[in-house]
Amino acid sequence: MAAVVDEEVDFTRAERILKKFEARGPVTRENLIPLLQELQEAYGYLPPAVLRHVSRETGIPASHIHGVVTFYAQFYLEPHGKHTITFCRGTSCHVRGRKKVLGAVESLLGIEDGETTDDMGFSLETVACLGACALAPVMVVDGKYHGKLTPRQAEQIVRRLVEEERRKES
Amino acid sequence: MDAINLTMNGRALTARPGQTLLEVALANGIEIPRLCYDPRLTATGACRLCVVEIEGQRGLQTSCTRLVEEGMVVHSDTPAIHRARKATVEMLLSEHDHRCTTCDKDGDGLLQDYAYDYRIEETGLPSIAPSPGEVNYTSGNSAIVYDPSKCVRCQRCVKICDEVQVAHALTMKDRAGNVRVTTGFDVALYDSDCEVCGQCIGTCPTNALYERAAVGKGKAKDLVRTRTTCVYCGVGCQLDLNVNRRTGRIVRVTSPPGVVPNDGNTCVKGRFGMEYVGKDDRLTVPLIRENGTLREATWDEALDLVATRLSTIKKEHGPNALAGFSSAKTPNEDNYVMQKLVRAVFGTNNIDHCARLCHASTVAGLARAFGSGAMTNSIEELRRTPLTFVIGSNTTECHPVIGILIRQAAEAGDTTLIVADPREISLTDHAHLHLQHRPGSDVSLINAMIHVILEEGLEDKAFIEERTEGFEEVRQAVADCTPEVAEKITGVPAGDIRRAARLYAAAPAASIVYSMGITQHTTGTDNVLSLANLAMVTGNVGKECAGVNPLRGQNNVQGSCDMGALPNVYPGYQKVDDPAVRARFEAAWGVPLSGEVGLTVVEIMNAAIDREIRGLYIMGENPMLSDPDINHVREALEALDFLVVQDIFLNETAELADVVLPATSFAERDGTFTNTERRVQRVRKAVRPPGQAREDWRILCDVATRMGYPMNYPDASAVQDEIASLTPSYGGIRYDRIEKVGLQWPCPNRDHPGTKILHRDQFTRGKGKFHPIRFLPPQELPDKDYPFVFTTGRVLEHWHTGTMTRRCEVLDDLVPHGTLELHPSDARKMGVKPGDTVQVVSRRGEIALPANVTKRVAPGTVFLAFHFHEHAANALTIAALDPIAKIPEYKACAVRMTKEV
Repeated sequence: MAAVVDEEVDFTRAERILKKFEARGPVTRENLIPLLQELQEAYGYLPPAVLRHVSRETGIPASHIHGVVTFYAQFYLEPHGKHTITFCRGTSCHVRGRKKVLGAVESLLGIEDGETTDDMGFSLETVACLGACALAPVMVVDGKYHGKLTPRQAEQIVRRLVEEERRKES
Repeated sequence: MDAINLTMNGRALTARPGQTLLEVALANGIEIPRLCYDPRLTATGACRLCVVEIEGQRGLQTSCTRLVEEGMVVHSDTPAIHRARKATVEMLLSEHDHRCTTCDKDGDGLLQDYAYDYRIEETGLPSIAPSPGEVNYTSGNSAIVYDPSKCVRCQRCVKICDEVQVAHALTMKDRAGNVRVTTGFDVALYDSDCEVCGQCIGTCPTNALYERAAVGKGKAKDLVRTRTTCVYCGVGCQLDLNVNRRTGRIVRVTSPPGVVPNDGNTCVKGRFGMEYVGKDDRLTVPLIRENGTLREATWDEALDLVATRLSTIKKEHGPNALAGFSSAKTPNEDNYVMQKLVRAVFGTNNIDHCARLCHASTVAGLARAFGSGAMTNSIEELRRTPLTFVIGSNTTECHPVIGILIRQAAEAGDTTLIVADPREISLTDHAHLHLQHRPGSDVSLINAMIHVILEEGLEDKAFIEERTEGFEEVRQAVADCTPEVAEKITGVPAGDIRRAARLYAAAPAASIVYSMGITQHTTGTDNVLSLANLAMVTGNVGKECAGVNPLRGQNNVQGSCDMGALPNVYPGYQKVDDPAVRARFEAAWGVPLSGEVGLTVVEIMNAAIDREIRGLYIMGENPMLSDPDINHVREALEALDFLVVQDIFLNETAELADVVLPATSFAERDGTFTNTERRVQRVRKAVRPPGQAREDWRILCDVATRMGYPMNYPDASAVQDEIASLTPSYGGIRYDRIEKVGLQWPCPNRDHPGTKILHRDQFTRGKGKFHPIRFLPPQELPDKDYPFVFTTGRVLEHWHTGTMTRRCEVLDDLVPHGTLELHPSDARKMGVKPGDTVQVVSRRGEIALPANVTKRVAPGTVFLAFHFHEHAANALTIAALDPIAKIPEYKACAVRMTKEV
């Protein structure tokens, strides 16, 4: 088990978000999740140093924050890709060929389920169900649903994004 | 409230509203299997084993979460329930590495018992147990080992850390089959918020959490449990010493929920601090100094020498040339026999002990104000009291199990917590208000609070009128003690003093908790009297959840004082200079006694230097580290003609002795300790003494006999009987009455149930007496040459002079040496970085030690715990005494510092 070490992190974004939340009342265990979501949006993931800072500032024990963050799949403790691609492991997607669709995206990006590309551009993950069985097989890219996909269609969607990123870089 | 009627398994039962079905079942002897239940915790409902059927309701319900309702018809053991439980146990076993061959809990594991009860041979389910040995938050520490392959994810460890210990160090992380217990962000245990109390081990229903040192040292079925009272602080926790019947060694320490006063809770010392008992360097034979070195001797030889030399000194220089130090670590019986030896055989009242150094000002102050120098109320009330005012007590570290009650109450919002302390301590994190006053400014702070209460008319006029005397003088004395004046003296903002006064006065009941931050000053008695004034002004004495509550330091310091190991009183605080009292003791002991009040600890040291004291008998104390200004102490002990030290280790004081006598530790003998709430509790023999070590009282009896005064008791219980016959407050206390739960004195006769709250209808002295107190500064103030205030105290992990705790691996690992706490701003000015060695110099001595740069102390103040001989705090402290209680000023002296290069 790798103990998480404090890395150099800029707390200004965290402090701005904390101030915003504290203006609405005390931050407690009960309203922790929206705060975590906003922090993740700001940092792309939840740096443990930021969470320890939140613990010190709010008095919510670090242990409790850790428990919440590791319970929900939506939270990341490690740097995460700029784009998140999510596939569904549910029955409908399974019978409509999710495996092949996922496989196409995996070979395009060169990563497997749960991994992030070396350039931190893309993260690929699967979840138990995306709740859109009528559209199976489904792929969600940065929160946007794409349904009834063939492997080729999925590949095209992702390829467009990859090329867009390349253009931005150059 | 009305009782609730229900039927369970065909039996008609009654229950209290708010009880769960499981609680009702257990209270009525109906056994229901359960893994995630601990009576100290909120219900979890996670293990699903306690399911029951409720008629008219679908499915099975977890009995630990269902509250009783009128008319319920419940079944706890039907075929359907049996099938469900069996399936649950099978699933639990599929994720449990059930190799019982090497399991320490074999024979005491609930899961194993249920597997047996439900006849599960093979689960038929594939094993998904984590592989043993995966690295986790406990890897590498010396105290606790967590094995996820034995964990049933019941959450008891996490909940006890949250709800009972209030340390919040643990959590469950991840989901489904990957769930593990860990610390926040998986940091190593010792780097987390963990206080190493081991409560998680105590509540774990399997072998997933265990004491690392106990692994492989004996299976549960080989361990014999002996109930005894903890030897460390004054809380008096009831502990079970688990001794391996084959090796005769203490393997682990447990404590079951429900015991009084600790309800199964322990601190790090209670659970991990018994290793010293079995250490190889215990004293096992008497030692006699010959040609400057100590050599082994027989008991006869050593006892003869002691008796002869003491008798000679008495003959040549008179009885007052002899003195004895009794011990707050030893049981009541030994203290009683010690003071009897000094009074009836030596013929002097020169008997004192370390209570002089911790709570002499309490004994003196509260006796003057109330008539009884002890905690007025009881420990359990601190969980319920509407307001707690903690002043000069680092409760979490020094009385940890009381500390957790205060934390629980504050965190649950049941209690408003005000903490006055020069340092930031754990309790200040939970306090509604922290008054960070300067060391030694307590009287000013308290007088200002009384001033505010009177100015705003918040006093309890009826109480003052009916129950007290001397109020007018106090009114006048505090008239000019405004919060603004106090702000200048204490450094506490006047507004905070006002807030504190209003909160305290407004509470329906308010408890004052204090300890050595109040007592260890030249104004110690004044400080105590001020607190008594504050309590009486608001009518906070003699009622539930209120009072003035000194937390006594040593396990038996209350008892040692009760036993008359003090120079001015016989057992039960009966004055030696009262002829009627003296006559009673002369009749009982059959010898004439001295009516002259004897000398106190520090006075005895001074008298030794002046050659007025020639012979000193020290039982179980280590003044070479514990007393102020130890260079002076060494000079005194070396000036003696004859020094006897009776102890369990060759400590710094024993090294100077002419004769060293090996005594038993608390685990090797029977007796009683009296805890801080006046509860007399049993100490029981769990292991055999090492070598020729003997109980203190037996050694003392032999010395008395050889000095011509035959003393003999068949056992410790017989000593207690004699105590009861001469000590009114202990009159009803006999061993047969305190087998299960101790009794709180006063307990004047055999039918008396003991006294939970003192001064209920009237004060022990009749009326409560107000004392006008004026602020006086500490004896030695910082100046140009010595610009810092030096203050001393303790840390959680160690006890006093470290003789016991520094021999325990876990405690020594946690805190291997002392560090000097100083504020970042002072450190910056001196160019000191954390860990740098600093030299600290007072007018009496100097030490060098690593710096701990921390905001826990205020600028201008530095702090060191006094446990460490290699940098002894008491090399620096001043032997300035409170004029009444003769307690030294440990809490404030002046020092200068240089960074060592």
